[in-house]
Amino acid sequence: MSASSAAAYLTGERLRRGVQRRKVLDKVFVLIGLIVMLSCLAILAILFIDLVRDGAPRFGWDFFTNFASRRAERAGILAAWVGTSLIMLVTATCAVPVGVAAAIYLEEYAPKNWFSAIIEINVTNLAGVPSIVYGLLALGLFVYQFDLGQSIAAAGLTLALLILPIVIVATRESIRSVPNAIREAAYGLGATRWEVTKDHVLPYSTGGILTGMILGLSRAIGETAPIITIGALSFIAFLPQSPIQSEFPFVSFAWLTDPFTAMPIQMFNWVSRPDQAFQANAAAAGAILLGMTLIMNGLAIWIRYRFRKKINW
Amino acid sequence: MEATVANDEARNTHTGAGQAGSATPRVSIAVDDTRKTRTLHVKAAVDNLSFYYGQHRALKNLTIPIAERQVTALIGPSGCGKSTFLRCFNRMHDLQPDTRYEGSITLHPDNLNLVGAGVDPIEVRMRIGMVFQKPNPFPKSVFENVAYGLRLRGLRNRAALAEEVEKALRGSALWDEVKDRLQDSALALSGGQMQRLCIARALATTPEILLFDEPTSALDPIATAKIEELISTLRDQVTVLIVTHNMQQAARVSDYTAFMYLGELIEFDEAAKIFTNPAKKATEDYITGRYG
Repeated sequence: MSASSAAAYLTGERLRRGVQRRKVLDKVFVLIGLIVMLSCLAILAILFIDLVRDGAPRFGWDFFTNFASRRAERAGILAAWVGTSLIMLVTATCAVPVGVAAAIYLEEYAPKNWFSAIIEINVTNLAGVPSIVYGLLALGLFVYQFDLGQSIAAAGLTLALLILPIVIVATRESIRSVPNAIREAAYGLGATRWEVTKDHVLPYSTGGILTGMILGLSRAIGETAPIITIGALSFIAFLPQSPIQSEFPFVSFAWLTDPFTAMPIQMFNWVSRPDQAFQANAAAAGAILLGMTLIMNGLAIWIRYRFRKKINW
Repeated sequence: MEATVANDEARNTHTGAGQAGSATPRVSIAVDDTRKTRTLHVKAAVDNLSFYYGQHRALKNLTIPIAERQVTALIGPSGCGKSTFLRCFNRMHDLQPDTRYEGSITLHPDNLNLVGAGVDPIEVRMRIGMVFQKPNPFPKSVFENVAYGLRLRGLRNRAALAEEVEKALRGSALWDEVKDRLQDSALALSGGQMQRLCIARALATTPEILLFDEPTSALDPIATAKIEELISTLRDQVTVLIVTHNMQQAARVSDYTAFMYLGELIEFDEAAKIFTNPAKKATEDYITGRYG
């Protein structure tokens, strides 16, 4: 009886009105979502447009090829973007191998016990440590203890520490998405743990690993506090030594020990000057930095898309 | 079943190759109510095998002979331990923490205890192949899927690899369908083709025993029929052990059948006997569909 009375309740006008009401709620949610998303996008767009408009007089080839100067219209970001690029190079070469190796160990090798649980919790927590704390650590450790001084190497290592948790977490997510059935198939053929990892787990999670690496680097590229803490110079009128030499052995790592400046520091320096003309330089540099970050994020999305298309489980 | 007896000598010489003085042992099992016995050639002798997940004892004192170059089916209701038992043969349980074997599975002719403490699971897996429930090809080309096991065994020569891959694909009745798309992704194949690719991948490494863990449960009836046909032909070259929860399938493909319940072996006999005249009431109830 109860079934038929429920059916009777859900017929005709009442049923239609009930469905209508639920569909309205559905639309309300879509609307709220759209508003939230669009306002986020709008804020970013306004910021970007504002920076571009303020910095407009500075855009041009000279801005990229000039060193900092006391005259705003002649000041450029050459030392800053070269410094930032080299720091990113150091950061990537340090953080990616260490981060990926740590993630592989935690996912594929580590026994599940209290020790690995503590490591896991700590890795996740490290991602939330304020960047200035990393700066203080680096000042004591890299600059003084290891005697690297206020160099590109010290800055690169500092930022590598900062993004290490990001790389580890992203790599672990990616490794975890490789189905266990694939591992079993390889083990079943007689593969060792390392063979399963290098022939299957790593190749199939490359997309996610690269995405994590780029997201980490886009975080690092804008970091200011830690590299100010380790004592980056804000006014530099020379480039680090070239990594490519004309004489044997053709490559040099002397640039690692050179002093440097970076994009966010250059911006900070310009913003804090009393001369209004420098505000345009700061805005232009900001737009370029933001553009670099957006390009890196776009690259991450593209890589993820490419690899998803190639491997669909 | 007469063939079993007739081929005795041929089988012994074949499998004993290179293993001086280690012919496959034979055991006798009762085959009918008149207590006549028939000899079967044992490829692997499971003796008093128990298996533990932590404290939980999932398999209880199993003793079963696995007949050489025959198909042995493991049947029983869900959770009876048949897959757990199958995975002992290639030590898949070793990938999980806190698991333990007791008793032995002796692989003949060289008397290797597959679950022995000193035996390397990787060595075991090099000799015992496995096909899984869900087709699990690597997201690589068809060729690379089949070649992977060979590469693990150190085969690098391109011509030799190509030859072995073709042989394995022919062996799994897939060659004609994929010979023009060896470099295509294996994920582009149909479900049934993928499963036959997984069989080819295992066959390429010339395993001594091939384990099937419900190989057709994810496939449609036509693909299932092809796999069953293939399993029937495989018995000429390899000892087959298959887990299935489809009793018709067990009756169709197997020479010997073991019925398991709650981690114990209830009955083991020739398939014809199990399905027509089981000795135990529990077996009869299960195969007639009263539970399971």
